Amino acid sequence: MSTIAGWAGRVRGLFTDTKGPWGPSGSSDEPPSDDHGGGPWGGPASRGTGGRSVAPLDDLLRRGRMRFRGGGGLPGRPNGSLILWAVIGFFAIWLIFTSIHSISPGERGVVTRFGRYSYTLGPGVGLTLPSPVDRVKKVDVESIRTVDLGSQSSEDLMLTGDQNLIDIAYSVRWNVRTPELYSFQLADPDEAIRQVAESAMRAVIAQVSLQDAMGDKRSEIEAQVADRMQRVLTGYRSGIEIQGVAIQQADPPDEVNDAFKEVTAAQQDAKSYVNQANAYALQLTAKAQGEAAAFDKVYEQYRLAPEVTRRRMYYETMEQVLSKVDKTIVEAPGVTPYLPLPEVKKQQQQQQQQEAQQ
Amino acid sequence: MTAFIRQRPILSAVFAPFVLIVLLSSFPTIPETKQAVVVRFGKPERILRYEAARPIGSTGAGLSYRIPFVDQIVWIDKRVLAVDMEPQPVLSTDQRRLMVDAFARYRIVDPLLMYIRSTTEENLRTQLQTILRSEVRNELGRQPFAALLSPERQGVMDDVRKSLNVQASKFGVEIVDVRIKKTDLPDGTPLQSAFESMRTARLQEARSIRAQGLKQAQIIRAQADADAAKTYAASFGKDPQFYDFYRAMQSYQATFIGDGTSKPAPTNIILSPQNDYLKEFTGRTK
Repeated sequence: MSTIAGWAGRVRGLFTDTKGPWGPSGSSDEPPSDDHGGGPWGGPASRGTGGRSVAPLDDLLRRGRMRFRGGGGLPGRPNGSLILWAVIGFFAIWLIFTSIHSISPGERGVVTRFGRYSYTLGPGVGLTLPSPVDRVKKVDVESIRTVDLGSQSSEDLMLTGDQNLIDIAYSVRWNVRTPELYSFQLADPDEAIRQVAESAMRAVIAQVSLQDAMGDKRSEIEAQVADRMQRVLTGYRSGIEIQGVAIQQADPPDEVNDAFKEVTAAQQDAKSYVNQANAYALQLTAKAQGEAAAFDKVYEQYRLAPEVTRRRMYYETMEQVLSKVDKTIVEAPGVTPYLPLPEVKKQQQQQQQQEAQQ
Repeated sequence: MTAFIRQRPILSAVFAPFVLIVLLSSFPTIPETKQAVVVRFGKPERILRYEAARPIGSTGAGLSYRIPFVDQIVWIDKRVLAVDMEPQPVLSTDQRRLMVDAFARYRIVDPLLMYIRSTTEENLRTQLQTILRSEVRNELGRQPFAALLSPERQGVMDDVRKSLNVQASKFGVEIVDVRIKKTDLPDGTPLQSAFESMRTARLQEARSIRAQGLKQAQIIRAQADADAAKTYAASFGKDPQFYDFYRAMQSYQATFIGDGTSKPAPTNIILSPQNDYLKEFTGRTK
């Protein structure tokens, strides 16, 4: 109750025509509010000069009252003119800030007039009507944005055309081609891109074999997915341009990874078999060629003097052979020599032992 | 007016904001992303709707009007909206199960009908979700498993879209697109058996690769042997008798002396004086 009484007194005091807020009578009106136990506009603030107030409402009401009283005394007063200038300044700044727009080179400004799309500002400084009428939404059209799909950490399995599973992670790069379409056509363009990408990737992967998806046809798949996405997004009139799709990872699922490693091992084994065979072939060919060449050389000489060469070779060989072995010459027939074979063997054993000791 | 304000400043101060608010609310701005149904006492009065033929900027958006307190505006999104489905098990004609995750994109083309049937966009979404789910299951359930993997190829998705569109048009909605986001094997046995078949296929491949490698190696060796034989024949065939002698000499050396790498077993040779080598030994002449 006391608060209301304080309020009432206060308002009356401010709006009574006979007393100015700057007049001395203003202060005589204040005490009641103090006496009533202090309203929200408690004494200290309005006591004293009564010219300055801390409460914004006070200020507002006072300003309003001054206007209502007409321009008579107003321009003369420093406070009034200050407020006027502040208001003008505020509007001026507002006008400048809301009607001049600098659009950086990578951006376009989509202008809406009362909510309706009006035109698109190119890079540079653009002029529009001030704020409540025209609004500008800046859209970045140059920078390429990236959406990562699939997952690097956990598994995201996809079925391939030959009913195998593949763990795939990929990213989509895109930018805005038509800013007004991008702003107004799709409810959630980013989510749309994700969904369309997933769908397109699944559709393409479902038509290729696991082997193709993992290796050989990766770039082809990327191109197909990008193409498919672009067609769908253009169908939505989304104003989005797909710059490219990159498959970061296309691996078999962890569960069957061992079997895939086995294949790699087998490939290496097969390669080493072939390599060994090739080495053998090289060796054999070289040997054959070498021997054939040697024979040819000797044969050339042999042809010039067959008998002599033949005898010479025979003697040389026999010489070499017989000089290194034990020989026994026996006049036969008629003589049956005793062959001391056990003795020979003993000798041999002794020789071997000596060699071993050495 | 001015006189009134001067006489009743307090009243004016109190009412001025109200007047302002009423004035402003009489001229609502309709953003480019929304369509609106103006409802007067519960009866739809005007519809500001999406029109497919007209480009952006020439549709119903912009400054509009309404009678304060009498007309209510129902805002309805004009953009292409999405409805996402929970993964659904689908049973193919050959009795295999597949988890299918699909989404549809739609646009509310008849806001009034949509407002009457569904009231809010959230309701509409729920209803569309149900329809989408049953349509996807119906259409895909008529396909064999292999066709489910790429339903786009057989035009199955077009069928889904068409039948979904028929259902959705009752809500004032046009289906822009229906797509399968994911097709997964259900967890448990189907997934495990798929892994198992992958594994066995890989092991089989590994074996076949090894066998191919061995085969290739064998062919290479055989070819090398053949080539060597050919080279020998071409060279030695020029004089078989001399080859016989030449090779015998090499062979004796190798047998009795060794080829330099290993020592041959010790040998005792018993010669007859009639031996060709010793024919000069006796000093006789032939």
